[in-house]
Amino acid sequence: MKTTEPPVPAESGVPVAKVDTPPGNSPKRKKKEGRVLSVFSHGMLILWAFMVVLPLVWAVMTSFKSDSAIFSSPWALPDKLHFDNWARAWTDANMSDYFFNTILVVGGSLIGTLVLGSMAAYVLARFDFPGNRFIYFLFIGGMSFPIMLALVPLFYVVNNMGLLNTIHGLILVYIAYSLPFTVFFLTAFFRTLPTSVAEAAFVDGASHTRTFFQIMLPMAKPGLISVGIFNFLGQWNQYMLPTVLNTDPDKRVLTQGLVQLAASQGYKGDWSGLFAGLVMAMLPVLAAYIVFQRQVVQGLTAGALK
Amino acid sequence: MQHGKYRFIVGFLTVPLGLYALFVVWPFIQSIYYSFTDWTGLSPEFKMVGFDNYKRMFHDEIFWKSLQHSLLFALVLPLVTISLALFFAFMINVGGRRRAGGPVISGVRGSSFYKIVYFFPQVLSIAIVALLFAFAYNPDSGAINSLLRGIGLDSVQPLWLGDPSLALWCVMAVLVWSSVGFFVVLFSAGMASIPAELYEAALLDGANRMTTFFRLTLPLLWDTVMSGWVYMGILALGAESFAVVQIMTTGPGGPDYSTTVLVLYVYQKAFRDGQAAYATTIGVALLVVTLAFAAIVMRLGRRERLEF
Repeated sequence: MKTTEPPVPAESGVPVAKVDTPPGNSPKRKKKEGRVLSVFSHGMLILWAFMVVLPLVWAVMTSFKSDSAIFSSPWALPDKLHFDNWARAWTDANMSDYFFNTILVVGGSLIGTLVLGSMAAYVLARFDFPGNRFIYFLFIGGMSFPIMLALVPLFYVVNNMGLLNTIHGLILVYIAYSLPFTVFFLTAFFRTLPTSVAEAAFVDGASHTRTFFQIMLPMAKPGLISVGIFNFLGQWNQYMLPTVLNTDPDKRVLTQGLVQLAASQGYKGDWSGLFAGLVMAMLPVLAAYIVFQRQVVQGLTAGALK
Repeated sequence: MQHGKYRFIVGFLTVPLGLYALFVVWPFIQSIYYSFTDWTGLSPEFKMVGFDNYKRMFHDEIFWKSLQHSLLFALVLPLVTISLALFFAFMINVGGRRRAGGPVISGVRGSSFYKIVYFFPQVLSIAIVALLFAFAYNPDSGAINSLLRGIGLDSVQPLWLGDPSLALWCVMAVLVWSSVGFFVVLFSAGMASIPAELYEAALLDGANRMTTFFRLTLPLLWDTVMSGWVYMGILALGAESFAVVQIMTTGPGGPDYSTTVLVLYVYQKAFRDGQAAYATTIGVALLVVTLAFAAIVMRLGRRERLEF
């Protein structure tokens, strides 16, 4: 179970056991014990499902309320749907800018991570050369080091290069910090692909570069999707890197923009607008998760299974 | 395959490796070097001060508090999260009622529904989750206290994040809330790959669910549990605890340093107090703690591999 094999789609999304036929005449022995346990365990499962969903529902409800209702009766349903909260958040609170910045940063770094990560991983997986192991472990080591330690000098490295508070600077840093996992995952993936196809292409006169882009990358698609989803969520949700490296209010990404917004609400008091912003930021990811449920779970758990 | 091999290797490795070396490896090396200087981060001048920063750190009360809290994060969080997740995953996969003619073990009704819902928090940014809970914990208008009032517990209205003895637990609870689902799904995948015959044999021998879990499921999942433990611990020492503490607590790190953690202290020393060199010293301590944690868990968790 635990290993370097590529994830098989469909493994974890499928319900494990057959879900129910009506309870027929089951054996008497242990029936009672089974029932008590069953009620208890079911109760716990339902309770946790509620605990997960309630805060989210509460946030959605609150985003449609007036400010006074938020304070007087936090759990009451909104008297009417205050869509103006959402409009205010989108324009006045700059949520539109934050979305735009986030899409730019994540779009750029996701593409960069996948291209550079797969290039490095392919070379490390398929070619023997002095220093191969060393470079591989150099990449892997990045996964267990506390990023904050590097962030102090990194701030000055980025500053000296004139990349502080720029979108492309942030993209480069995102790529660099996404490489360890990406290289780790894709190296394992490329090792599992058959060598014969690449050899055949090579014999037919394709260059190494051409073999990689036209033969190997398409073959590695399932792996690229998994690691792509993993990086997309990680980069979309990234908070620590932009907090340190991106302090220009105009360049803020979603997470940091919301946190700043919350901090400044102390003076403005537009709580309903803030909640609208929060929900606005949550919904696209949750929606995408529900649609691509199987792939997302696969992408996120693939790494930890190794 | 020799033709142009080295040119190709160099061509493909230069950019990723260069980027990685410049933005990740080089800063790490620098930060260890800076921890022996008196660099403020504000001016380019600094001089070597030997172990002064380290001496200062050992006499810094806030450092010790942060260290304590970080260790608590690394031990308590994985313990609680993984125990809950193992329980839920076991119930989802094996907790179903036995039926005549059906498989010997089965999941509870709606098992895939639980897995989908439990996973929700995992796709949300920890920053957004932290913000949401900062409001939910608000003593006056927050969701939690008003829920307590709603069910008649008017006398129980804790200050949550405002109470130094509660604040740290409140912050940890948020991380548990957001990570349990991930491990439920992870362990479920592991449990699904345990052959049904093993359960059949256990049941024939008269084992109840409790025994089955501790004697069969847990040992077979051990490797996954251990790597999950390390994974969660590294997150709890690093990025995740930074986000929740920085966003949720007053100060941040308060009240009265009751929630400060190493990673936050590094950030504050470097970017708030202009003591970059001292910040890297604390960062080195964090590095040592992280590596020691991973090594200890791996060492304690080492067992013979069970093949099945």
